[in-house]
Amino acid sequence: MSDLQLTGSKEQLFNADIRQQIDQWVAKYPSGQSQAAVIPALHILQDAHQGWLSDPLMDALAEYLSMPTISVYEVATFYTMFELKPVGKHKISICTNISCMLNGSEQVVEHIESRLGVGLGKTTSDGKFTIKEVECLGACCGAPMMQLDRDYHEHLTAERIDQILDGIS
Amino acid sequence: MQLDQICFRTRHLAKPWTMESYRSVGGYEMLEKILKEKTRPEDIIEELKDSALRGRGGAGFPTGLKWSFMPRRLPGAKYIVCNSDEGEPGTCKDRDILRFNPHQVVEGMIIAGYTIGAQSGYNYIRGEFVEPFERFEAAIQEAREAGYLGKNILGSKFSFELYTQPGAGAYICGEETALLESIEGKKGQPRYKPPFPAGYGLFGRPTTVNNTETLASVPVILQYGGEWFHEIGTPNNGGSKIFSVSGHVNQPGNYEVPLGTPFSELLELAGGMKHGNKIKAVIPGGTSTPVIPGEAMMDVAMSYDGISRGGSMLGAGSVIVMDETTCMVKALERIAEFYYEESCGQCTPCREGTGWLYRVVKRIEHGEGTQQDLDRLVDVANNISGNTICALGEAAAMPVISFIKHFRDEFQHHIDHKCCQVGEGAP
Ligand SMILES: Cc1cc2nc3c(=O)[nH]c(=O)nc-3n(C[C@H](O)[C@H](O)[C@H](O)COP(=O)(O)O)c2cc1C
Ligand code: SF4
Ligand code: FES
Repeated sequence: MSDLQLTGSKEQLFNADIRQQIDQWVAKYPSGQSQAAVIPALHILQDAHQGWLSDPLMDALAEYLSMPTISVYEVATFYTMFELKPVGKHKISICTNISCMLNGSEQVVEHIESRLGVGLGKTTSDGKFTIKEVECLGACCGAPMMQLDRDYHEHLTAERIDQILDGIS
Repeated sequence: MQLDQICFRTRHLAKPWTMESYRSVGGYEMLEKILKEKTRPEDIIEELKDSALRGRGGAGFPTGLKWSFMPRRLPGAKYIVCNSDEGEPGTCKDRDILRFNPHQVVEGMIIAGYTIGAQSGYNYIRGEFVEPFERFEAAIQEAREAGYLGKNILGSKFSFELYTQPGAGAYICGEETALLESIEGKKGQPRYKPPFPAGYGLFGRPTTVNNTETLASVPVILQYGGEWFHEIGTPNNGGSKIFSVSGHVNQPGNYEVPLGTPFSELLELAGGMKHGNKIKAVIPGGTSTPVIPGEAMMDVAMSYDGISRGGSMLGAGSVIVMDETTCMVKALERIAEFYYEESCGQCTPCREGTGWLYRVVKRIEHGEGTQQDLDRLVDVANNISGNTICALGEAAAMPVISFIKHFRDEFQHHIDHKCCQVGEGAP
């Protein structure tokens, strides 16, 4: 359920607020380079669409940025932050790369999996959380770490994780 | 030893990221001076050459020389691009520069624009870095309000605009030409070089790409002089450098110390080894740099030349410390998995080779490796090196070769005994 307009003429697509946000990006590039706005625009649309990108949404963006549909798909599939299937209300990304691994990311994964009752890459049955394993998020000195939606949480312990997740509605 | 003199010079202040804090340490004084005195770009480049500043993004290329390649008099658009895609495992310094001292990157980029003849700049920040992105955007806003961005800055003839561009999760976009492709709204696949970005860069125009830490160093170098900066470090290794120390240490963190600081001192700053354990190995510059056995590392000086003498590379200054409980096969398995996941797939040796490396190390780690596998690993690694479009191939190969060279007995143990040498639960 999304109240975004996905068909029709360019002036009607998405909604006024989203069009304005995308236009602000387009204004940052030389004329004729509006494709450069595709990554920022995909972030905006994903946020406005329960955290994932549907085909009609990407088709509409291609139309809006006057670029081939296939190019939008190519970008959306290349970058790991873009979700091409429905996800939970909150996304937990756990880094398991070397510095985090040396500091116990395996236990972090185990703790979150058992607390939420689902494995990596899955969404809880109430649709609240999706958990993902990710590569280094550039916070290695805070290992082990995870990202919950937009925020980083570092130096994780089982207690710390419980505290953080208890506070999420 | 003096800490936090360059990129972290605001870190001790209450709200280090504000314009007010940045000004209190002398921020934007250099930009004002340059515009007022109409400093010749050639002189700025000379100062940078004197400073012996080398790129902090991994390759260590001399910054003054790089800037001198720009055809600054060529009419038309030219760009300065800041690389804040930070994603090499072990590296987490650019995030802190952007969070705690974003204005210094802004000032560095404006000065770079002035010097190389660029009218606009983009800072490409990895998509997951929400807070750093917002801090940098806020700094741009403040700088614009103060008249440091826009048309005819401070009444000079110089006009410059600065933008932030987000990534979306792809390590390869840290490679400078992949990064340019990504800003242009494409998959982040590296371009063939030549042409180099100074000839054909962003939107097909001359472009200089520099790392966040490199650009943040520029205002301080110009303020106190290239020679001053050079002398903080050692000959040919100017200045201080932020080392991200992670792994089995008591106080992991970003330490900005003079280049040439002995590793033993850096380890002490980082609180020493966790649980008093014995040091086993150190990856000194991020996962793409060769591993060095702990004992040998104790004699290494943390500079480009020092680490190179020790058999590895300074890279991005990402020091990953491993203690005696670490299983080196497992550590390598995780590193090999990373490069396999992150290969952009454009060249066959990298696309196929990283998969081979990962699968073979994994099978050894899980007690299913054969004697031939050890030789096969080195063979595959050697076949990737030098046969690819970008340096990710090399980055995947180097850890494999160095891990086997220094810790061959551990790999052998896994093959002979189908189990780990350091015991259950390691690392
Ligand atoms: C696979 C790969 C990943 C890279 N990642 C980064 C990065 O995250 N940040 C960075 O500054 N440089 C990175 N580099 C190096 C850049 O290509 C480039 O050399 C650097 O941004 C130049 O800036 P500097 O001269 O100031 O170091 C990477 C290189 C490769 C091959
Ligand atoms: S070396 Fe690997 S990452 Fe680099 S261009 Fe080739 S396939 Fe892509
Ligand atoms: S290794 Fe986990 S954040 Fe870098």
